[in-house]
Amino acid sequence: MEVTALLLSRLQFAFTISFHIIFPSFSIGLAAWLTILEALHLATGRPAYRVVFEFWLKIFGVAFGMGVVSGIVMAFQFGTNWEVLARMAGPIQGVLLSYETFTAFFLEASFFGILLFGRSRVPPWFYLFSTAMVALGTTLSAFWIMANNSWMQAPVGYVTENGAFVPTDWGKIIFSPVLWVRFPHMLLASYITGAFCVAATGAWYLLRGKFPAEAHIMLRMGLFLAAILVPIQIFFGHLNGDYIHNLQPTKFAAIEARWHDEQPAGEVLIAIPDAKTATNYFEIKIPVLGSLIGSMSLDSKEVGLTDFPRRDWPPVLIPFFSFRIMVGCGLVMLFLAWVGSYLSVRERLERNRLLLWAIFLSWPLPFIAILTGWFTAEVGRQPWTVYGVLRTVQALTPFLTTRDAAISLVVFCAVYTLIFAFGAHYIHRLLRTGPVGRLAEPAVGAVPNRPMSVVDEPLPANPHHAAPGE
Amino acid sequence: MVWFWVCVLAISVLLYVLLDGFDLGVGILFGLTRDESKRSGMMAAVAPVWDGNETWLVVAGVVLWGAFPVVYATLFSAFYLPLLLMLAGLILRGVAFEFRYKAERMRPVWDLGFAGGSLVAAFIQGLMVGALVEGLPIANGHYTGGEFGWFSPFALICAVGLCLGYTLLGACWLVRKCEGELRESAYRLIPYLSIALLIFLIVVFGYALAENLRVIGRWLERPYLFVFPVIGALAAIVLAVSVRQRRDDLPFYMVSLIFVAAFGTLAISFWPYMIPFSITVEEAAAPHSSLAFMFWGEGLFVFPLMLVYAVVNYTVFRGKVGASSGHYE
Repeated sequence: MEVTALLLSRLQFAFTISFHIIFPSFSIGLAAWLTILEALHLATGRPAYRVVFEFWLKIFGVAFGMGVVSGIVMAFQFGTNWEVLARMAGPIQGVLLSYETFTAFFLEASFFGILLFGRSRVPPWFYLFSTAMVALGTTLSAFWIMANNSWMQAPVGYVTENGAFVPTDWGKIIFSPVLWVRFPHMLLASYITGAFCVAATGAWYLLRGKFPAEAHIMLRMGLFLAAILVPIQIFFGHLNGDYIHNLQPTKFAAIEARWHDEQPAGEVLIAIPDAKTATNYFEIKIPVLGSLIGSMSLDSKEVGLTDFPRRDWPPVLIPFFSFRIMVGCGLVMLFLAWVGSYLSVRERLERNRLLLWAIFLSWPLPFIAILTGWFTAEVGRQPWTVYGVLRTVQALTPFLTTRDAAISLVVFCAVYTLIFAFGAHYIHRLLRTGPVGRLAEPAVGAVPNRPMSVVDEPLPANPHHAAPGE
Repeated sequence: MVWFWVCVLAISVLLYVLLDGFDLGVGILFGLTRDESKRSGMMAAVAPVWDGNETWLVVAGVVLWGAFPVVYATLFSAFYLPLLLMLAGLILRGVAFEFRYKAERMRPVWDLGFAGGSLVAAFIQGLMVGALVEGLPIANGHYTGGEFGWFSPFALICAVGLCLGYTLLGACWLVRKCEGELRESAYRLIPYLSIALLIFLIVVFGYALAENLRVIGRWLERPYLFVFPVIGALAAIVLAVSVRQRRDDLPFYMVSLIFVAAFGTLAISFWPYMIPFSITVEEAAAPHSSLAFMFWGEGLFVFPLMLVYAVVNYTVFRGKVGASSGHYE
């Protein structure tokens, strides 16, 4: 493959956005989980809920902070690398993303501050309300991002005037049916991520024989939540498939590795698709299932990629495999959540070390599922940036040189890797330390929009490390 | 509607310059000292507020995209490499706040990241302002300058100038927030920085005259513009007096006033152009349907709340911080 400014810009966008999405999806899930915990604490008065709450609040703070730092680049990247897209779609995408920034700021500014520093200063019901508002804020933030991306997947409510997309009907944009299946899909993915990370942490403590009371709460609640949410998520995944089937036939065909029209259509379980020859190697295929999945019928005709001109084909390998990895992760999570919940109800889970290990090791699954899901959605949309309207090759900054694109890709990779390494190390340290001690008492200097400062505890090994004059 | 968003954008940019200006300036001063107690004092003086300050950059960025997409697209793609450096600098100095106190062996790295990141960000911002004043090569609403079209001696002078300006602002902030030796050394720096800034202004003016930049013609056409330099000069006088009398609060406001005067001069001498002498505000504005949609939510409600919040935040953290105290005090 030839190295061009286009390829490098796409890689850069993919890298930075993939890196970024890890943190918001985690923090959206955690915010919801914190709300549940705080509500339980208020209802039952059990102190363990409070301890678990404060423990996860610290981790939420770090994940939130990492999301903010890695998100700054996003606000600039559309303009630097995708000048034509920014110019044409600014009246719609710029507006949606400005709502995202304002919403996020509003959340950061007010209620998050109360969460971190206001426990002793506001009545308990208001503290719960603030927690819920933070959860609502992260949710709204996700909404605007999904509104923006869904418009790129299925543009509606606009006309093209003087080389720009002019919004004519915001109602259509905000209430687009595509948005309203994709937004819940993303939201559920975040909740499941939160649930699995919590359950895995609980399993980890139980395996090490630490913090049994707190670990018990984490494990049980995480698993129960996942047991309910994963099936709903699979249902929404199916609805997403329906919209792709109807509106993005090339993406659908790529995911299915279906090259030619079939009636009734089979479902390729696994294969190595080859776009050059438009065939699959080592194919394992179930007859008729493809029609059933695509159109809920036994004899529907399903379209293949060769119906479309080759220049409109998306890459097939990435959507095909990433979709299967996503579904695979989902099924494993469903299995773990159900078996785990069943054993947990039977009070047999905590003796089953094998399953505890499996649950502990499953924490990367929701992240992998989210990333591969996005790879499917975004790579499958190619060669379009705005589906059917603006090609990716046309959206690029026309005068961007390969050298500049290479420099920025390298710089962003280096900077992101550095902060990722430290952020991950930091979260790991918090998790390892476990739910001990209180929330760092708010220093005068700690502010709501500096979420990481709340977990600013000195290193236990060397408490005097920050002494002046050192 | 266009007017409303011009104002929102102008307020956001001005707030960014003033607020992040002083904490970038403190970052530059941080690099000039080796004294650990001064360094902690400097960190403590900006730690509670820097993050909120940088929010205004992101706000300005997205408002620009939503309300003036043509300007967003043209400028951001034209300043490809400078923006990359600026972002890398801002990210590094941002994480340095968090990691400096957690690291031991790595601390020199984060110190370098903090000082270097601040300097780079300030330098690049000055460079971009300089390039804008001189005029970017733009034809038919598209940038045509190539990879280094923003580079010029004038832009370089402006880059140095903004570093000086931010450092002065930073020194005034330290005077205001700190005590003891740190405050004294900041006071000693202010006259030197002020004189350097004055020399810079003379050089810029001379250069603009010599090169016959279009902006000079604007000043001759619009003599009322001279009200801004007059405000700036008055502020400079008050600054000198307040430094002599060691009035801790005044210098920061006076330098801010000088910045406001400079900002006003530029903004009004460019009006109605948004990118000087090639793209006007009207040409750049998004369609009415976009501006109206933004207005009825974020414009009317969230933006005023953000301003109120910024005021509240600074009120909460008013007063001095201990010069030798540790983190976050």
